[in-house]
Amino acid sequence: MEHIVEARGLTKSYGTVRALAGLDLVARRGRVAAVLGPNGAGKTTFVRAVATLVQPDGGSLRVAGFDVVRQPAHVRRVIGLAGQSAAVEDAMTGRENLEMVGRLFGLDRAAARAATTAVLDQLQLGADADRLVRTYSGGMRRRLDLGASLVGSPRLLLLDEPTTGLDPRSRIELWDAIRAMVAGGTDVLLTTQYLEEADQLAADIVIIDQGRVIAEGTPSELKSRAGRDVIEVHARDRAALPLVAEALRGLGGEPRVEIATRRVAITVDTGTDRLMDAVRALDSRGIDIEDIALRRPTLDEVFLTLTGKPVDTAEPQDRRRHPAA
Amino acid sequence: MTATTTVATRPGAGLAPSAVAVALRTIRKFVRTPQLIVVGTIQGALFLLIFRYVFGGSIGVGGLPYVDFLVPGFVTTTILFAGTGAAAGVAEDVEHGFFDRLRSLPIPRLSVMAGRSLADTALLGFTLAVTTAIGFAVGFRVHTDLAASLAAFGLCVVYGFAFEWMFITMGLVARNAQAAQGLSMIVFPLTFVSSAYVPVATMPSWMRPFAENQPITVMVDAVRCLTQGSRVEALLPHHTAYYVGMSLLWTVALIAAFAPVAIARFSHR
Repeated sequence: MEHIVEARGLTKSYGTVRALAGLDLVARRGRVAAVLGPNGAGKTTFVRAVATLVQPDGGSLRVAGFDVVRQPAHVRRVIGLAGQSAAVEDAMTGRENLEMVGRLFGLDRAAARAATTAVLDQLQLGADADRLVRTYSGGMRRRLDLGASLVGSPRLLLLDEPTTGLDPRSRIELWDAIRAMVAGGTDVLLTTQYLEEADQLAADIVIIDQGRVIAEGTPSELKSRAGRDVIEVHARDRAALPLVAEALRGLGGEPRVEIATRRVAITVDTGTDRLMDAVRALDSRGIDIEDIALRRPTLDEVFLTLTGKPVDTAEPQDRRRHPAA
Repeated sequence: MTATTTVATRPGAGLAPSAVAVALRTIRKFVRTPQLIVVGTIQGALFLLIFRYVFGGSIGVGGLPYVDFLVPGFVTTTILFAGTGAAAGVAEDVEHGFFDRLRSLPIPRLSVMAGRSLADTALLGFTLAVTTAIGFAVGFRVHTDLAASLAAFGLCVVYGFAFEWMFITMGLVARNAQAAQGLSMIVFPLTFVSSAYVPVATMPSWMRPFAENQPITVMVDAVRCLTQGSRVEALLPHHTAYYVGMSLLWTVALIAAFAPVAIARFSHR
């Protein structure tokens, strides 16, 4: 079996909202797959379907070869889930939390204890293992939650927006923890709203919107289609915007002008070279600017480039809390 | 191939061990959150004192001191007030994704509900014991024998287990703690429009049919008969056996009504 997750024409509706609208998605063995999309794209619904928490309306979904609808018990023996909120018990220590989950995975007391110690060390929580979780920071809680999904050594780890709401340092720590797990041979399917996160962690990226796949590929494939970097010029006054756009034209993609913030952005392939070109072009035209910056494209910009339309922010949010979920 | 070996190494826990793991967590949470215990105990004690000394003076129950009438009712209704906490706890587990994790694990889904209800019932036993002790402290006395009193206490625990399924269902439906507290308002008509604090005969005639026939009234009357004997039986239309039997029927009915709903709701995808 080559695919750890295989979704074909997957559909799921909540009332009139189509969370999944014929999703085709394949995650390969031995690789980290990232499902990237805006709020309401269907990411969470998809992960919940893979985790057997949500029953799809139509299509097929196989996890490690097992059908999620007909063989949910088999699927549950293969997966580990870390959802959006850290589902750890505040009134227990980190160690007690993991031992409990280990026991639920069917490990005997000694095995649960050993697995817990190994996971705590792996996530660098060993020193805090015997403190109550209510004294943990947000980043530590997320890492412990990750540990809870790991303690049963799942074949496939499901991470739903693992770093949402974390500060940059905790985010990087969590990324390191995820990379360490991947090195240990666990397959990972993660969802994220951040292109950078997908780029950092995943070998394959699937971009979804409104319950459908709109683009997929390796990070470098997607970046070469969407532009690797963005040059953004902040003009000193509004009247200069057309001149700025004109100066940047030809360096990369079509300049996008945002009048309200007095900014012009273009996507480019080789950031630093083009940045020099942009500075020269602006200088030779005598255009006065507030500042100029080189940055990574945001998900919105990737969307715009790949689909020609902006992220529809008016779309309702994913229904994260389905009945009894 | 890989799938089969993976399955072999992660069989998942059985019903009893997973129920124990879930129950242990609920109990640890209670024991390690002292404000829950202290606030709950103080609140219960205050209400008992208010009824006993503020309202009690003007409530005539005929044939026995008000404190002997009140304490069985007060202890029995403690079940409902403690249950609202359980509903909120279940709603929190839904809200914070804890139940999602449990539902993604290879364990019988019944075990989560079984663990929760047993743990909450055990905690309720503690609360009932504390409330009973306060009752004795303010002058309550048993006028039957030890066996009947222990049976009364045991009945309260059994009622608590039955109502627990109603509160779990409410928590699962509410899905957040605040909504669960809202739904818990149902405990007010159940407790106050009953024989718990005042004789039902003093209520207006339109209210009496509900008051006389709802489960709390028969449960309270069973506990009252078992602890006060003939002094209370003289005031009631039926004998002790009738109230005990009826209250047990209600217990079965509550479990039959709510346990399947709670389990289905929890397992629903």
